[in-house]
Order: sequence, then C-alpha cells, then structure tokens
Amino acid sequence: MKKIIKYVFTDILRNKIVLGYTAFLLVMSLSVFNLEDNTSKGLLSLLNVVLIIVPLVSVIFSTIYIYNSAEFVELLVSQPLRRKHIWTSLYTGLAGSLSLAFLIGAGVPILLYAPAGTGAVMTGMGLLLTIIFVSIALLAAVITRDKAKGIGMAIFLWLYFALLFDGLVLFILFQFQDYPLEKFMLVATAFNPIDLSRIMILLKMDISALMGFTGAVFRDFFGSGTGFIIAIGILVTWAAVLFWLSLRRFNRKDL
Amino acid sequence: MRCLTCILILLLYIQTAAARTLKVGRQQAFTTIAAAIAVAQNNDTVLVEAGIYREKNLIISRSIVLLGLNHPELDGEKKYEIITIRADNVVVDGFKLSHSGVSSLDDLAGIRIHNCHNVTVRNNILDDTFFGIYSQLGINCTIENNKLTAYGEAELQSGNGIHCWKSDSMKIIANTVSGHRDGIYFEFVTNSIIWRNDSYNNIRYGLHFMFSHNDAYITNIFRNNGAGVAVMYSHGVKMIHNFFEKNWGDAAYGLLLKEISDSYIDGNYFNENTSGIYMEGTSRLEVVQNVFSFNGWGMKIQASCMDNTITRNNFQSNTFDVGTNGSLVLNSFEQNYWDKYEGYDLNRDNTGDVPYRPVSMYSMIVEKNPAAMMLFRSFITSLLDRSEKILPTLTPENLKDDHPLMKPLPL
Amino acid sequence: MIIANNVSKKFGRLKALDNVSVTCNNGECIALIGPNGSGKTTFIKSILGMVMPDQGFITFNGKNILHDWQYRRYIGYMPQIGRYPDNMTIGQVFNMMKDIRTGSGNNDTDESLVDGFGLKPLLQKRMRTLSGGTRQKVSASLAFLFKPDVLILDEPTAGLDPVAAEVLKEKILFEKSCGRLILITSHILSELDDLITQVIYMQDGQVKFHKKLEELQKDTGEQKLAKAIAAVMKRSV
Repeated sequence: MKKIIKYVFTDILRNKIVLGYTAFLLVMSLSVFNLEDNTSKGLLSLLNVVLIIVPLVSVIFSTIYIYNSAEFVELLVSQPLRRKHIWTSLYTGLAGSLSLAFLIGAGVPILLYAPAGTGAVMTGMGLLLTIIFVSIALLAAVITRDKAKGIGMAIFLWLYFALLFDGLVLFILFQFQDYPLEKFMLVATAFNPIDLSRIMILLKMDISALMGFTGAVFRDFFGSGTGFIIAIGILVTWAAVLFWLSLRRFNRKDL
Repeated sequence: MRCLTCILILLLYIQTAAARTLKVGRQQAFTTIAAAIAVAQNNDTVLVEAGIYREKNLIISRSIVLLGLNHPELDGEKKYEIITIRADNVVVDGFKLSHSGVSSLDDLAGIRIHNCHNVTVRNNILDDTFFGIYSQLGINCTIENNKLTAYGEAELQSGNGIHCWKSDSMKIIANTVSGHRDGIYFEFVTNSIIWRNDSYNNIRYGLHFMFSHNDAYITNIFRNNGAGVAVMYSHGVKMIHNFFEKNWGDAAYGLLLKEISDSYIDGNYFNENTSGIYMEGTSRLEVVQNVFSFNGWGMKIQASCMDNTITRNNFQSNTFDVGTNGSLVLNSFEQNYWDKYEGYDLNRDNTGDVPYRPVSMYSMIVEKNPAAMMLFRSFITSLLDRSEKILPTLTPENLKDDHPLMKPLPL
Repeated sequence: MIIANNVSKKFGRLKALDNVSVTCNNGECIALIGPNGSGKTTFIKSILGMVMPDQGFITFNGKNILHDWQYRRYIGYMPQIGRYPDNMTIGQVFNMMKDIRTGSGNNDTDESLVDGFGLKPLLQKRMRTLSGGTRQKVSASLAFLFKPDVLILDEPTAGLDPVAAEVLKEKILFEKSCGRLILITSHILSELDDLITQVIYMQDGQVKFHKKLEELQKDTGEQKLAKAIAAVMKRSV
C-alpha cells in the first residue's frame, strides 16, 4: 500500500495545479497579513478562503484526478492488490498532498501571523475540510462513471455545503421563528462541516459577538473542552463515513 | 445680641481647644472602641491601634474622627452592621471591616452614612461585607480610596459595593470594588461625581444609576462585570473618559442607557463587550470621540431613541458596528471613522465621498431572529449583505454617516 | 485451475454473462471465441475480479476469488486496450509494476518480450506519446514479465505489426510448452490454429460449447479453425 501511496503522491505533486494552489494560498495569505493594517480584517478574508476556496479546490481537483486516473486504477485492479488498498492509497495520496499544499500555503503564514489560538484552530479546520471534501470527491467520482456528471455532482455538493444548506437553514429559521431553535441550530451545524468549522473558528475569533444570546449556546456547547473534542469528532466522522461509503462502492464496482 | 455671639464664639473656641485624642488598644485607656466613642465629644479623635475588635454595631452620633492605625480589623461576625454614622463631619479612616451581617430585610452595611452631611470615609478595606458603604440621605460626603471586596455568588444574596440613596453632592473617588451585586449604585442621587474608581467582577453592574440627575463619572474602569454599566431614568449625566471592557454575556453591555436625556458621552473606550453601548428611549445624547473596538456590536440603538448625535467616534474591529430594531431613525451619525468603510475620497479631504451604512442586513436579521447567529460570517450572509448594500430593503434608509472619515481619529 | 460455476452478470438489461460454467486446466491453451458483445471480455474481467458476477462464483486453484486478491499474482493479463497513466514513461510503468509485484515474492522477471519488441530504447517515452501498437507491446511485455502460471490475453495481436505478432506468437508457444494455462480471445482465427488446444465458443453471454480442437475438427470436418467456427455459426443460425 505504501508503494501505491508513493506513486499517487509523487504524481500529484508533479501536477502543476497543486503547485499553483499552494502558491495561490501563499500569496493570498501573505498579502492579506501584510497589506491589511489590522489583523482581524486579514483573518476575516482568510476565513473565507478556508471555508469556501479550500473545499472547492479540494473537491474539484480530487474528482478530476480520480477520473483521470481511471486507467491507472484499472491497471492496479488487475494486479495482485486489494481494492481496499488501492482506494485508500488514492485517498491518502490526495488528502495528504492537498493538506500539505494547504499547510504550506496557508497554515504556515496563519500560524506565523495570527494569534496562536485562532491560527491553530483555523489551520486545523482547513485541514479537516480538505480531507472531508476529498472524501466527497471520491464518493461523487465512484458513484457515476460519466466524468462530466461526476464533476457536476462534486460542484453541486460543494455549493450545497457552502451556500444552499445555509439558505435552507435561514428559511427554516424564519418559518419557525416563534419556536425555540437553539437545539435545532446545534444539530443543524453537525450536518454541515463548513458551518461547524466556521463556528469553531469564530469561537476563537469573534468571541464578543458570540457572547450574545444565541452565541452563548454555541460557546457553552463547543467552547468547552469536551465540546471541542466532539466537534473534531464530528468532522472526522464526516470524512471517515463519506470515505467508507465510497470505498464500499468501489469494492463492488465493475471496471 | 452681640453678647450672645461672643458667647457662642467663646464656646466654640473652648470646644476646639478641648479636642482630645482618645486612644484605643490593648494597653491603652480604652480597650474597646465603643467605650471611647461613648465618652468622645464633638471634634475628638478616636485613635485605634491594630488588632481585631468585635464590637457589634458601632454607632457614631457625634462629629468625631475615627482613625485606625495599620488597619485595625472590625469584625461584624456575620451578624451586625459594623459602623453606623449618624452625625455630621465624621471621618472614618484606615480600618479593615470584615464579615458584616447579611439580611434580606435590612440592608446591613460595612459603613452606613445615615442622614448627615460632610462625612468622609477613606482608606478603608472592606472584606466580605453585605453592602459596603451605604449612604442614605447623605449630603456632600466623600468616599475615597476604599477597597471593597465581596464574594457574592447570586444576585439576590449579595449587596452593592458603594450604595447611595437619596443623596446629594457625593464624591466617590478612587475606590476599588469587586464581587458585589452592583459595584457602585446610585438612586436619587444628584450633583455627584464618581472619579477614578475601579469596578470589576461584580455580579450585575459595575455602576448602576437610577433616577440620578446631573451627575458625572470620569475616568473609571468597569471591567468584567456581569452586565456592564447601566444608566437609567436620568438626565444631565456626563460620562467622560471611562473604560468599559470585557462585559460579556447574554444581556451584557459596556454601557446600557435607558430613558436617558440631555447627557454627554465623551472620550470613553468600549473594548470587547458584547454590545459597546445599548440605547433605549434616549434623547438628546451627545456621543463624541469615543473608541469602540472589538465589540460584538459597537452600538445598539433601539428605534425608541431620538435626537442623539454620534460624532467623531472610532469604530474599529467590531463584529457589527451598529445594530437597530426598526426602520425609523431619528439620530444622526456624522464624521465617524468606520474601519469597514469601503468608499473613496477623491478630493482628499479625509472625508469619504459616499455615505457609510453601519447597519448590515445580517445584523437586522439577527435582531429579528437571534437563532440566525448560526450563520454568522457565512457565505450566504455576506452575499445578502452585498446585495443589500446595492439595494437597501431591510436596513433603515436614513441610518448612515454622510461624512465618514478615511482615517481613524487620534483618540 | 480456473473453474467458473454458473456465472451470470447483467449490465442494466443486457445479459453479459448467462450461466457460464467453464473449467480450464494447466497446460491448456484455450481460445475464447464469439461474436462482438458475446461476453468474452466480461468473462475475462470476471476472472480478474474487475467485474463482480451477480450470480455464481469462480474458483482459482480451488479457492473462491471473491474477496481474494492474492491469486492475481499468478496471472498475467494483457488487456484489449492497454491504458496507462499518461504522464509516466514506459520505464516508470515497468518499474512501478515490478515494485508492486516484487512485494509478493516474485523477484526474477522475464524481459524477453521487452527485448523482443525492442522497447529498451523507448523506455524514456511518456505513455501518452505512444502509438496503439507500442502500447500493445507494453501490455504484452507486462503480461509475461512476472512468469505467471496463467496468461490471459485479450485480443493480443490487434494493432501489432506482423513482426511483433510473430514474436508474441513464439512467446505464447514457448509458454504453452512450459505447461502454463493460456486464455486467448481473438477475432483473427487463423492466427490461433497453431496455438490452441481447446475452444470455448460464446454467444449472447452463454457458452455454446467448450471442446478440444480435435473434437471440433472431427465434428465439423474442417481442419482450419476459422472454417470450423464458420460451420458452427452457420449451423446455429
């Protein structure tokens, strides 16, 4: 399995898109910290990068990569290798190289310039979102054989988590605004990794506003040590379950 | 008549000449303070040496100076009010008062000033008292340089630090108050000044004003109080150069203003509060040259406020600059610095050429539906905010700063 | 060696394999013949575990291949259309395969075909620049590289030039003489005459017959495989 990971990893790192992605993140985060006169404004721009651009790049790049390596996968499947190992290696290679790109491009500047707590949480959430969206990409790619459909599905899933889900939540909040919705909100965040990551970062970043009435619900739940672990657990579960679904599907797939 | 005056002057002279110093201590003539007070005449000084005194309730009914050497400790044994002052011109200086009684019927205090004037309470340490220093119908009293510490846990089981009721011309200077229900409490107090006090970690408010007109508070620090500072039902209040910091929580405000009029808020710092200033039913306030930074909301102005002017303030790094709950706006914002301003300044006069709208659509949504806080800083809310800037529908049309500054004021 | 038992596979409504039962033993060289779309490639892919049968099972050396992967180390597979990662060179592909397979204890390799096809000077070329024929040469070389007990060749000579086809044929004959099991599908029946010992004829996903070459010749009275098959097809129409 290590050998396949090695091949996937070197193949991706040779890919100019990943290098470009790293450079983009690096330029973005350095300029944000050096040009903005106040750090909190800079962090805000980076928050959007972490929550929107990182998942988008992760999901699209991974989907395309899986489709492009269909031949490679086919070749490997006819060899004495476990399918499980092939798929896991692909996943590890993709998640690993994209995480590495994020870590170099955004993580290092964030950890250098941002306040310690916020920076660490932001970097951690960026990494988790990367691996979650690689999982989503793998699932989308294994479900449909058609490349165009698969990429479409991946983009749609990104759009759903980045935008549509929140729109839906907003709609529900207004439909049922006469009811207490705090519990609902807590549960709803668990169903969207982007929302959950955002709240975890904001708990470090915008502490004042979250001290308000409803913010307190989040602070009380996720702000505590156990809550933090639960949140990380939920995010890891997202990545693991999606990957497991794709793996199950891949194990039975006809090539 | 002339003779009478002469006699009076003479009497006064004799009295002054006869002013004695009564020493209290283990090896002194008096071993208890009560005994010394009992024989003391007007203008006498009772000098108390260090030690622990359990004297139940000391009542001072003549104009004496009660002076402690090295902070002798008066222990109220959790039963009694420790000192009650019922005479004018009394000075209580240099004591440590501990463990006053706690009662839900009487407001037992460390030191009570009861219906008298020109009383001075200074340099005392109050530790674990129910109410700290309580002025009831006091006039022209000075409460200076005391340190008050309580360990209250619930609002109902604890008293206020410095509590003034129906008093006038009070001077509250350089006290440190913590752990009480309200750090400093004013009710029906007029023409008074609160200066250089430090009020922190109190259960409810750092400073609480009710029906107290024409007072000033200057250069105080209010930090980490349960609900910040509340100024209610008063007019003619001057709030200058105070620090409101880290008042966090569900109903916590740097400064809560309710039914306030003709007042002046100048040069204050509002840092890291859930809301910097919360205004309800205020009118004719001038808010000038304040700094609002790192607050959840810089200011929350309810629609019931009118004729307030908010001029030349710095709004920096707040989550929301201004929040409001209605579309009616009768207040004016002018020449403030807003760090979120994205306009331009073509003629380089340091004033932006397009107005700034400090209320975002999302803050209106949160105001109507607090649960929407879940979507704080999400993609969809920033999209909504952008579209709202182009086509205002929900945010009040008139709430804007027509002359926003391009650079922060040097405050 | 390889036994298929009532194997069925559907792709949507199309029955790609319909109750296929076949037994193949060592030392046999079997031609898998049938019209286009008769299920030959699907059957081969089922043996390789690339396609999962809906029903039935396949055993390799007596073990069910479902959920097994070790058995593939005894198989050399040459696909109909060899597809490889585009930006790898031929040399890298060989190295990678060696890397993957040497892990399973197969250290000595048979590079006679690499030499026979003259691939050595081309090792630095990227896969995407290769012609179809060269790719086939790479596929064939890979199939024989690890001296497998079973060779599965899907249209091996399609796209090869006559010289290369001849080299490959020689190689197949040699391996056959070593007692390996060889499965070949091909449309060019004339090529198979000297190679095969048995014939499996498939149509519409079903095995129509599985006979020794001599039996087929006797039944049809034709010496040439092509004519024998033609006779069978005529009879079945």
